[in-house]
Amino acid sequence: MTKRRYKFSQGRTIGLTLLGLVSLGLLTSVMLRGNDVALFMPKGSIAREQHSLMMFAVALMLVVAIPTLIIFYFFAWRYRESNNKATYEPNVSHGKFFVLSLWLIPSVIVLTLAHTMWPATHKLDPHRSIASDAKPLTIQVVALRWKWLFIYPEQSIATVNFVQVPIGTPIQFELTADETPMSSFWIPQLGGQLYAMTGHANRLNLMADTQGDYTGRSAEINGAGFAGMKFIARASSKEDFDLWVQKVQLSSNVLNTGEYEKLLKPSENNPANLYSVAQPDLYDTVLMKYSGSHRNHTEHE
Amino acid sequence: MKELLIGKLGWESLPHEWFTIGAAVTFIAMGLVVALVITRLKRWKWLWKEWLTSVDPKKIGIMYFIVAGLMLLRGGLDAIMIWVQQALSTGSSQGFLTADHFQQIFTAHGNIMVFFVAMGFVSGLINYIVPLQIGARDLASPFLNTLGFWLYVAGVIMVNMFFLLGGEYAATGWLGVAPLSGREFSPGVGVDYMIWSLQISGIGTTLGAINFIMTILRMRAPGMTLKKMPLFTWGSLCSMIMAVTVFPLLTATLFLLFFDRYFGTHFFTTTAGGDPMMYTNLIWMWGHPEVYILMLPSFGIFSEVVSTFSRKRIASYTSNVVGMIGVSLFALSVWLHHFFTMGAGANVNAFFGLMTMVIAIPTTVLVFTWIATMYRGRIRFTTPMLWFLGFVGLFSVGGMTGVLLAVPPADFQLHNSLFLVAHFHTMVIGGVLFGIFAGIAYWFPKIAGIRLNERIGKYAFWCWLIGFLMAFTPLYVLGIMGATRRLNHYDASTGWRPFFIMALVGGIIIMVGVALQFVQIIASFIQRRQLIDVTGDPWDGPSLEWSTASPPPSYNFTVIPQVASRDAYWEMKQQGLPEHTFEDIHMPKNTASGIYISVFAFLAGFGFVWNIVWLIIASILGIIICVIARTFNEETEYTLTAEEVEKLESARIKRALAAHASKDEGSAGDMGLLEFVQVVIKWALDVVKSKRWRSW
Amino acid sequence: MVAANKEMSHEAAANDRVMFGFWVYLMTDLLMFTVLFAVYAVLHGNTAGGPSGRELFSLPLALTETLILLTSSLTCGIGMIAARRGSKKQVLVWFSITFVLGLAFFGLEMKEFAEFIHEGHTLQSSAFLSSFFTLVGTHGLHIISGLLWIVITLAFVLKRGLNPHMIRKLGLLSLYWHFLDIVWIFIFTVVYLMAFV
Repeated sequence: MTKRRYKFSQGRTIGLTLLGLVSLGLLTSVMLRGNDVALFMPKGSIAREQHSLMMFAVALMLVVAIPTLIIFYFFAWRYRESNNKATYEPNVSHGKFFVLSLWLIPSVIVLTLAHTMWPATHKLDPHRSIASDAKPLTIQVVALRWKWLFIYPEQSIATVNFVQVPIGTPIQFELTADETPMSSFWIPQLGGQLYAMTGHANRLNLMADTQGDYTGRSAEINGAGFAGMKFIARASSKEDFDLWVQKVQLSSNVLNTGEYEKLLKPSENNPANLYSVAQPDLYDTVLMKYSGSHRNHTEHE
Repeated sequence: MKELLIGKLGWESLPHEWFTIGAAVTFIAMGLVVALVITRLKRWKWLWKEWLTSVDPKKIGIMYFIVAGLMLLRGGLDAIMIWVQQALSTGSSQGFLTADHFQQIFTAHGNIMVFFVAMGFVSGLINYIVPLQIGARDLASPFLNTLGFWLYVAGVIMVNMFFLLGGEYAATGWLGVAPLSGREFSPGVGVDYMIWSLQISGIGTTLGAINFIMTILRMRAPGMTLKKMPLFTWGSLCSMIMAVTVFPLLTATLFLLFFDRYFGTHFFTTTAGGDPMMYTNLIWMWGHPEVYILMLPSFGIFSEVVSTFSRKRIASYTSNVVGMIGVSLFALSVWLHHFFTMGAGANVNAFFGLMTMVIAIPTTVLVFTWIATMYRGRIRFTTPMLWFLGFVGLFSVGGMTGVLLAVPPADFQLHNSLFLVAHFHTMVIGGVLFGIFAGIAYWFPKIAGIRLNERIGKYAFWCWLIGFLMAFTPLYVLGIMGATRRLNHYDASTGWRPFFIMALVGGIIIMVGVALQFVQIIASFIQRRQLIDVTGDPWDGPSLEWSTASPPPSYNFTVIPQVASRDAYWEMKQQGLPEHTFEDIHMPKNTASGIYISVFAFLAGFGFVWNIVWLIIASILGIIICVIARTFNEETEYTLTAEEVEKLESARIKRALAAHASKDEGSAGDMGLLEFVQVVIKWALDVVKSKRWRSW
Repeated sequence: MVAANKEMSHEAAANDRVMFGFWVYLMTDLLMFTVLFAVYAVLHGNTAGGPSGRELFSLPLALTETLILLTSSLTCGIGMIAARRGSKKQVLVWFSITFVLGLAFFGLEMKEFAEFIHEGHTLQSSAFLSSFFTLVGTHGLHIISGLLWIVITLAFVLKRGLNPHMIRKLGLLSLYWHFLDIVWIFIFTVVYLMAFV
């Protein structure tokens, strides 16, 4: 065994730690360049508001967190045993003012955040319709294993793993599922997710404001094919949307009972498919399959 | 006929996949090696008498550490497989795991880490340290203690049993959410194994919690009022009161899920009126408090660590205690924040969001009391203190991300993303696990009688910290990029791959840290002459456990101390230590009933999994008979007379003096890594050259 | 209350701990029942087109069961008083009566279950029936355990006499029995009475 006494240099440790943290930050930012950072690049009105809310919350917390951590690590360094210049007061007793401020500081931050959170939760309630001059578009969504079926009741078309919407139009997604465990319908760039469950019709309101193709997926595990349960959400201009609807209405692919039975069978990584003349009450039929036994569970608000 | 005898078991239940064969071979080989070693050393009787049937909470505590440590490796192996799969599986590559297998792995990873690693370490620490801190000789019910431990072991065996028989584990995520976990969508035995392993060990935890509460509330030394208790004991009390409140919820919920699967009831099914949303509610009513059950003892540990290593009383003890109680109370009112996205109305979501944020208040107060404790203290940067310093940074980040997730509209974007995964790993690793490591580093000298090698300990800490940051920072970023958790494959166009690779590198560094922790322990034993703790008080600690020998005798204290103030031992050292007189001591006898009952419990669970009715009935009968035999046994104690105690004490003091005399006070310092490797290689060569291995 | 190291108070302290611990255990059992009650409250309307409680339950039967169980609590209490007075014979008599009453309760409950099952209303028929059978059945399972406990305890009382250890055992047993009675009151109210509201 060596006779060398190991000296744990504090200055070196602090320097290396700071260097490490900075490098980590730099590395991550570099890796992010050119990438799709969905939550920071909102393309829909709901996502935008969620983004600002998140930024506000983080900023508010940092107001307390940053000074706290700085003071904490500063104290750790200043009151180290080897520092003879620091006062040592082992029996200090703290007064009421000290205790009060301990509790007051976090309470103020939390209550301030809560003050914003409460109305924001109501404003951004997924069930709440988005105020707009444009007429809302209803799209019924059925989560199947392991693909998404979209039914446009007013247009009499249906799609699998692909949904197209016009920008600037509020979309009312009505979510349910058939012979599938709980799934979560999520298009990150347009807004938050909502569960699609058998026997329930869960309403999610979103609105796209920028044209583009966005990925959507199931955010809740629902079986082996879960990872492949993704779809493309295309936000196009109103004109392009109308043209697309017309095209699909003329499709020879028809979604009838037989076709739906095929869809009910488990399958993974389904390619996008477009159908015309959907059975007009297909969605309600799916709901009825499960609602017979429920007391009064049909719509959520 | 075959059904009656062995239920659903068949030839296909035997291992026939690469991982089940691999695991089965490993387990059997490990078991054989251990059995061979014990036989060779002729230690079976000793093992049974001194350890397995022991009711001494110190021995039970050590056994918990050993099992939890093994399960840390098992859960860590799962983690590596997850990291590798996600680094590989993009574009045209599907990685090396099937989707179903991958889902089983992260399910097992979650169950094992929460139930068997974290709960195991926490139970071990509370078992060993709390009686010493409150001046008690044992827990209130030694029998419940050993029973709780062996039920935990039964759960450990059950969660690994599928490797040997069945070949599949649950693939539902660690909480087995319905209806995915129902018979329709999970027809195999995997979910049944999960249910019974959690059920059996959960009952063990409930019994243990009752025991700890009885002990802390009824067996404190005279003079130790609640307001004079050490903070680790307070944290443990709060944790155990929560455990006793919410584990029955888990027991009931698991039974209901089991009924759905076994008897065809309709609690959580999608037809005939079942309500899967109710499962989500019930399981999280248990699940959220559970994470605070794990966290509160760690809060207590950190309070002790910061106080001892700042050489200062904790600033505002009352705020600290009220903070811990506040966290416990609020923890019971926040469960819905785990499923804001299920679609409750805005008022419900906002309420639970508010309650969740409110927990940040007492938590922040705790951090403030720690900062105030360090103010004008004299801080020593020992390994426990390092874990504390790392914890505060990580926990603050984790806590903030938690408050962010508590805002329902934000949660709609972050729920079930990798941001969430990063958040809770920050809390569980940066909070719970760092606390456990700090506690083990702090109390190791008390438990083993030797200090831990500080040098390698520090290397281990840095590996954990750096590894953690490298493994989980990319996950935060991925979450913000819209990446969902639990995916076994993702498109190349997402651009996620570099982050998964970075996470894998971080994971490897963490594994190096884990390896170093084992190396640390071995190196400490190699240098035991030098590291021996003769005083029983290597850190100048404030509480009663430091007034005993290291390790303490079976009866903990020759005389139950009289306590006059908080930080009782600091006070005693200043006022002068009391005189020793000897009295008769009542000690509980060892018992094997904990083992027997747990064996029957395991067999009953196994019978339920495979539908072997005769086994179920026989095992339940066995449990009943053992319980009757034990509870009507009136001869469960023995007495150590005052003379015997005196003899034991003089023998112990003689040994301590001899150890002191032989202590190597050399200036060599703690062994470093290089030296450790050299020593091991030298030993190995020595064994081979001298042909000593022939005699093994 | 803290244990000192003297012979007398060691026993007393141990007794106190066991009683306290048993109370804590009863609270955990109560919490388990709370889940079953909550589940019943949520699911009792989900009859899947089948019969509801109002159509199935017989209030006279439930009332009879309640009176039997209440009486058994009374006899159990009297037995406990006898135990503290050291009267072995009285203990055997009154706890035996408690046993018989408990058995009668259980028998009536089984009769009710058998009727429902015979008519095709099983715990697999609907969420309502699943939660009914589970809640009431779990209570019944606790009653059976209690009955077994009474038999074993009385057997040991016969063999060992009424020493302090046995008196403590009887104390725990009667605590358990009263607890089951209280849970039944809730069942009677929430399940049977509320079905007819």
